[in-house]
Amino acid sequence: MMFIAAAAALIAAMVLALARAFAGPTAYDRILAVNHIGTQTVLLIAVVGFIADRPDFLDISLLYALINFIATIAVLRYVKRGQANADKQS
Amino acid sequence: MILDILSWIAIAIGAFFVAVGGLGIWRMPDLFSRMHPAGIIDTTGAGFILLGLVLQSDDWLVSVKLVLIFLFLIFTSPVATYALAHAALLDGVKPWTRQNLKTKEKDDRP
Repeated sequence: MMFIAAAAALIAAMVLALARAFAGPTAYDRILAVNHIGTQTVLLIAVVGFIADRPDFLDISLLYALINFIATIAVLRYVKRGQANADKQS
Repeated sequence: MILDILSWIAIAIGAFFVAVGGLGIWRMPDLFSRMHPAGIIDTTGAGFILLGLVLQSDDWLVSVKLVLIFLFLIFTSPVATYALAHAALLDGVKPWTRQNLKTKEKDDRP
């Protein structure tokens, strides 16, 4: 029962972060929001593994934590200088 | 029974902090202040939820995996946040202050 409440809180926070990823004024806001959707996905996979009583999900969660970090650093490498105000000019 | 109650309390605290962090990511005024609820989710929310899951687990391997997830989050999240703040500052994102709000006519507010 408590697992379902935790999953609901995680999904609500993910929806708010997704709204920030759509609305964010700069590219860095979007990167921050996507990074935190990834962190909450790690927690959500672990909680769902406990709800479904399948502890194998923790391996997927561990892998997702690493991929999320690599993805954030890689996207930051690709964002070039001058992208901060790109949305306001168009 | 006591372990069940303790783990429910820990999961409830973690869910509360995760919800507050999500609200903060949506409501905070600029990028650098949005990193603060992000840090709340990464430390307090993740820590308490994983602590509650550790108290619920039967197998020791499950506990070790949960602790490993927590260690990875603790090590990678500050590095990612620091890299993000560094790139944003080099790119010229201005931190939100009260004077910026007056001169820029609430342009950056969501």
